[in-house]
Amino acid sequence: MIRYLRYLVPLGIFAVLVAFLFRGLSLDPKLVPSPLVGKPMPAFSLTTLDDPGTTISDADIKGKVAVLNIWATWCVSCRAEHDVLLQLAQTGQVAIYGLNYKDNRADAKRWLRQLGDPYVANAFDEDGRVGIDWGVYGAPETFVIDPQGIIRHKHIGPLTTEVLQTQLLPLIAELKS
Amino acid sequence: MHPKRKKRLYLIALMVAGVGIGIGLALNAFNDNLMFFYSPSEVVAGEAPSGHPIRVGGLVTNGSVKRQENGLTVLFDVTDNAETVTVEYTGILPDLFREGQGIVARGRLDTDGVFVAEEVLAKHDENYMPPEVADALQTAHQEGVEAAAQGSATQ
Amino acid sequence: MIPELGNFALVLGLTLALVLAVFPMIGSLNNTPGWVALARPAAWGQFFFVAVAFACLVYAFLADDFSVLYVSRNGNTQLPTLYKVSAVWGAHEGSLLLWALILSSWTVAVSLFARDLPAIVMARVLSVMGMISIGFVSFLLFTSNPFDRRFPVPAEGGDLNPLLQDFGLAVHPPMLYMGYVGLSVAFSFAIAALIGGKLDAAWARWSRPWTTVAWVFLTIGITLGSWWAYYELGWGGWWFWDPVENASFMPWLAGTALIHSLAVTEKRGAFKRWTVLLSLLAFSLSLLGTFLVRSGVLTSVHSFAADPERGLFILVFLCIVIGGSLALYAWRAPDVSGGGRFDMVSRETLLLGNNLLLIVITAFILLGTLAPLVYDALGWGKISVGFPWFTTMLIIFAPFMILLMGMAPLARWKHQDAGELLRQLRIAFLVSVGAGLVAALPLLHEGWSLWVGEAVMLSVWLAATLSIGLRQRLRNRKGLAGIWRDLRLKGSGSYYGMVMAHFGIAIFVIGVTVVTLFDVEKDLRMSPGETVELAGHAFLFEGVAAHRGPNYRSDLGTVRVYKGEREVAVLKPEKRTYLVQTKPMTEAGIDAGFTRDIYVSLGEALGGGDWSLRLYYKPLVRWIWLGGIFIALGGLLAASDKRYRMAVRRRASALARGGLAAEGRS
Repeated sequence: MIRYLRYLVPLGIFAVLVAFLFRGLSLDPKLVPSPLVGKPMPAFSLTTLDDPGTTISDADIKGKVAVLNIWATWCVSCRAEHDVLLQLAQTGQVAIYGLNYKDNRADAKRWLRQLGDPYVANAFDEDGRVGIDWGVYGAPETFVIDPQGIIRHKHIGPLTTEVLQTQLLPLIAELKS
Repeated sequence: MHPKRKKRLYLIALMVAGVGIGIGLALNAFNDNLMFFYSPSEVVAGEAPSGHPIRVGGLVTNGSVKRQENGLTVLFDVTDNAETVTVEYTGILPDLFREGQGIVARGRLDTDGVFVAEEVLAKHDENYMPPEVADALQTAHQEGVEAAAQGSATQ
Repeated sequence: MIPELGNFALVLGLTLALVLAVFPMIGSLNNTPGWVALARPAAWGQFFFVAVAFACLVYAFLADDFSVLYVSRNGNTQLPTLYKVSAVWGAHEGSLLLWALILSSWTVAVSLFARDLPAIVMARVLSVMGMISIGFVSFLLFTSNPFDRRFPVPAEGGDLNPLLQDFGLAVHPPMLYMGYVGLSVAFSFAIAALIGGKLDAAWARWSRPWTTVAWVFLTIGITLGSWWAYYELGWGGWWFWDPVENASFMPWLAGTALIHSLAVTEKRGAFKRWTVLLSLLAFSLSLLGTFLVRSGVLTSVHSFAADPERGLFILVFLCIVIGGSLALYAWRAPDVSGGGRFDMVSRETLLLGNNLLLIVITAFILLGTLAPLVYDALGWGKISVGFPWFTTMLIIFAPFMILLMGMAPLARWKHQDAGELLRQLRIAFLVSVGAGLVAALPLLHEGWSLWVGEAVMLSVWLAATLSIGLRQRLRNRKGLAGIWRDLRLKGSGSYYGMVMAHFGIAIFVIGVTVVTLFDVEKDLRMSPGETVELAGHAFLFEGVAAHRGPNYRSDLGTVRVYKGEREVAVLKPEKRTYLVQTKPMTEAGIDAGFTRDIYVSLGEALGGGDWSLRLYYKPLVRWIWLGGIFIALGGLLAASDKRYRMAVRRRASALARGGLAAEGRS
């Protein structure tokens, strides 16, 4: 019996290894749902991108189903997902707000002029502090918020048509009913 | 015991001992070469050891990068939005080093509380920051929120 | 249209992989010849469809079809054609398709070239490869489809990462994948043998050439990667103990242990269980590497875009393949009969010792790579394992390996008289120690250097013992004609391959030691017109000018290097900014040489025309990759020996069959 146990050693070592790897995956913030999901969105008050004289705050987003998209001109993936955002805006299903993250105002306005503007309004987060409050690790990231101002979903990375069809639009439809 | 078997046993014991010593040495060296990561909050709180190689990381504070007149020494601050640590580095900074970006520096904390870096790493692209830094920022944020909540509760 | 065709072809490929995995295996267990015979056509069919899918993706890139999401992210109309093709495997989805293509190619190759195998064994081997294929193709179809479309179609693509727009890095992944996938052949052979319960010398003989070739590809891939990192990343480093690099090094080490173990099993029938386990281990490490690189579990300079959901899929796949194979091992290995006996002092023991050391090193590298994950998982803090530890660990174990490497080829199988061996080695020992002492002296360098002494001693030990072996072997052969005759003998491919590969190790050791100990590096601030002294050379910085390339703009510096009065080189280090992906890229200016490299890279502009510059003098750095080339060539020599044997074996077995028939008639 002891003799046979020796042959189980490799399998045993592998089992321990797998346990650690599974744990490692669960530690990745992208796999674990954001701790903010299910909580009220963090309060903020920033100038709008278009006009430094106007302010926009979380109160403006409340009252309807909304999407908040974190983006920047220096972010390549944001460019890749821009068309998907335009698609979403065209459906008219939801109001899209933008958080222009650690960017340059002039560049950002030019970008929207050239590529199209899917946003109802954009908040200008120059130093990224508001982004930190929202638990943002980088750009792009997208939040779905219900009319009460509770964050219902966080998507990390660029949006794709598939994500739109399978995750966002169904959730938005559900929140509206 | 059969003399041949005895010889075999001795030789096996010798091999095992030899490999064992090697493994022991290597594991010992392992412990010495482990570098722990400390957030600026932990450094300021005195949790990071002085003089021992460690890693510190955070966001490079805007406007904090100062170059010396001559030579290649540069000073800058890193923060987790709760506390700040000054880093001193002599050498060429990596391409992706930028104010507002997350970096990790490897070096030692000197007696003045300045972190003397031997290497500055900004490995990730502009989009994401090193996970340790992200984690430190999250922790600082959560603790900050808790402290604020406690503060308002006691009032 | 074409992308849809590609997607459909992948689906068909998956279907055939399923057929290949299921029917021949069951047929082999129930002895249903019809199902067993399905193996070869299924393998061919699978290859055909995966190849069609791959061709569709290549077409999409060449045609700038930005309606395909993957192409829109990695392609660009301005990209040179060569890089449009290499962009196919430049990111996660496409590189997986390349994996699948190479896997199905090796499957077909096994069905073609391993004709000596009994049909049942062949069926099992191909079946297991089909199972692995199922994993990869379904991973592609369900989580990482390169043919996903996007709407609306962008006018221009995101461009291939500038770091990848380089020939070396275009070729590096295919080489590595050929190695990783090739190890699956040994894996499949081992599984087939465990199922069949027959683990004999014949099994080892079939497995050996395939494993050696896979190992050669891995060697080339790793060497290429190291060389590329050196000239492209601008920091003069050639190995970083980065998790992705370790992910390729560990299978290589296990593969090295495997090819030596296979030699013993083939020649003496010993180490059977050990060899089977190593066969399973080598490919398992390949798969583990794939997981580590693509799941985001470990942070690394050059891992793919991390995605934990994909990581989960791979991890489950790992559990099934590795867990299943190790369980099979635990079940069947005890029944394997013991092999040839051997004495305490014999070639077998020395090879065993070497294998043990290789495995210990692999385990330590695994430890160092996974430690950050383990510590984080247990809440012990966020750590990183310092570079010096890996080096220290190698320095402890490698000398013993090299010592054994010198002794084993001279020892006899089964029993070697210890006194006789020592007598043979005496002169090699004296020469090595002498050379080491001379090298340690402060003659060619400042101060005593024990490390250089040790490195030279070890390398000379290898060279000397190889010479002794050669002299013994060619003892009765006179002149070049004699040597030529010896080269064409059966078994000499193996021998000369060993000589070349071990010689490669010697060159590698010297290169690494000298460049690590004696390289000179200076970071400094220079003004235009300023000259700096470094390692006996004068570096004149002439300044930096703006420059425009085909798809980038840059700051181009000029540095003239003088040795005494003579101008040795004009170096042009550059700082590029590519127009689409605006990441800055450092292109070093390198004057390459057999005995040294002179290397300059730009830091940043410091105002007033001043720039920070990094100057390097790197002695013998090219010996590192030269060593790698010799090792790979040695492996090729050894593998080519086997094919000769196969033709001879076929003739021999044909004769035997003829003889039996004749006997039957009489």
